[in-house]
Amino acid sequence: MEKSIGQVRKMIEENKKTASLTNVVEKVIPKTLFVIAVISILTTLGILVTLLSETVAFFKEISFIEFFTGTVLKPLGQNAQFGVLPLLTGTLISSAIAMVVAIPIGLMTAVYLSEYASEKVRKVVKPILEILAGIPTIVYGFFALTFVTPILRSLIPSLEPTNILSPGIVMGIMIIPMVASLSEDALGAVPNSMREGALALGATKLEVTWKVIVPAAISGIVASFVLAISRAIGETMIVTIASGSSKNFTFDITQSMQTMTAYIVEVTGGDAPAGSTLYYSLYAVAMTLFVFTLVMNLIAQYISRKFREEY
Amino acid sequence: MKGMKRMAVMTKVKKNFVSPANIGTLEPAQKSKKVAFQTKELNLWYGEDHALKNINLDIFENEVTAIIGPSGCGKSTFIKTLNRMVELIPVVKISGDILYREKSILNKSYKVEDLRTRVGMVFQKPNPFPKSIYENIAYGPKIHGIRNKKILDEIVEKSLRGAAIWDEVKDRLHENAYGLSGGQQQRICIARCLAIEPDVILMDEPTSALDPISTLKIEELVQELKKDFSIIIVTHNMQQAARISDKTAFFLNGEVIEFDATDKIFSTPSDKRTEDYITGRFG
Repeated sequence: MEKSIGQVRKMIEENKKTASLTNVVEKVIPKTLFVIAVISILTTLGILVTLLSETVAFFKEISFIEFFTGTVLKPLGQNAQFGVLPLLTGTLISSAIAMVVAIPIGLMTAVYLSEYASEKVRKVVKPILEILAGIPTIVYGFFALTFVTPILRSLIPSLEPTNILSPGIVMGIMIIPMVASLSEDALGAVPNSMREGALALGATKLEVTWKVIVPAAISGIVASFVLAISRAIGETMIVTIASGSSKNFTFDITQSMQTMTAYIVEVTGGDAPAGSTLYYSLYAVAMTLFVFTLVMNLIAQYISRKFREEY
Repeated sequence: MKGMKRMAVMTKVKKNFVSPANIGTLEPAQKSKKVAFQTKELNLWYGEDHALKNINLDIFENEVTAIIGPSGCGKSTFIKTLNRMVELIPVVKISGDILYREKSILNKSYKVEDLRTRVGMVFQKPNPFPKSIYENIAYGPKIHGIRNKKILDEIVEKSLRGAAIWDEVKDRLHENAYGLSGGQQQRICIARCLAIEPDVILMDEPTSALDPISTLKIEELVQELKKDFSIIIVTHNMQQAARISDKTAFFLNGEVIEFDATDKIFSTPSDKRTEDYITGRFG
């Protein structure tokens, strides 16, 4: 036995002499990985720089105040006006409608899956939810235009053929899986000892769920809401297809409105000559959009850190 | 967490074998005290695993009953059947009967919420809710419909005093209970339990996660609480059982080997296995 140990030691020593290649690889690999990791950061920075420089060019022609307080967006023809408010209201209204649909349904689904559903039911429902999350948004757009809008129009006769209500609702359906799955994660992370503690006080299942488990998971739940809003703000296809392109400044949800994203689609599709105000307006709108979603994501992060319950 | 989902479903009460053999029942002379819990031929299975075997015990009011025994002998399972928390595990089957104040708690007509309002529980690991100290104590009264702020204030103070922690937390009632030490958290959990004024308090190794000083405080508290509550305490610590309990039940492999006055168990146990266990020869 002792002899064999000596042999192994010898072999290891010999291998060490020839292992210089291994050493080189060990040193090179981390650097390579670092460079690859930096690529995504550089891309983000590149996008940001492009956005910023073109936005600055835009604000040389149109004043900041005119852009953010203007209620008329008329990018073509003479006397072009670039007020972003019609796009802002379009975006905010469609997102608000989406949240009205997604928050209650998503949260109820999460509570059901986490607290009530049996293993069997969960095994069926969760994959279906995930399929819902995987449907391309253009399909949702068609669904809004050709299925939901006709139904809504039979209920609300004054509804325009293209309107903000229908894509808002469909966008809500689209983000239900996101709210449900993130909220379910948050509920599932609440330790079982909380449930036991509350049940042992004679609480019913409902009292345990709404007065202990949901409050304990509230940071994760609210973060899921904020992320879902940010997703709704950035959503493009559904609103482009189903809400038309009238740049109405209105709060009437039965009318056609354009969102920031849909405006970008329209203008990029319309051959705006590079260097024109119309062309630069794309970047200004995109920058506004970027700031919105960035702020939303920061809020989500802040909430989930700040209100994290310690247990 | 997943076990929660099917609570209150799987318990099957088989009443087909009732025999009057009462191994654990005490001498008639001691029966002048009121019986809190009486188990009759209690058997419990986790799937195929026979965890409790023919348990016949009479547990008296206003006493401290200690349950001792090696790990996996069914101690915790036993006290969790007394407030039916054991039903949270989906594969549990129960036969026999448990009477609480002469009523069968395994009967479908006995509402489990009522039972748990009367029979409180303190867990092995402190499990306060992630809320303020005040909200932790007020939670129980609130879910049972007490809304008056003044009454709630009184309940909170009384319960915290009862759990001997008022002086330590009175200036920080609205801070999160998780800011407290483990021993303080456990006393908060006891106070939370006292707030709904149960008759019985089940304690499942309440000091196993605590340091010696916190343990001592809880033990003193148990002595104090005995005046108003019946206490059933599971413990791994035999000195603890000897110090604080009036009666001791020794469990082994799901059976009650011996149930008697604590003095007797620790001085002249009648079963060889009890003696082996308390002298540390196994377990």
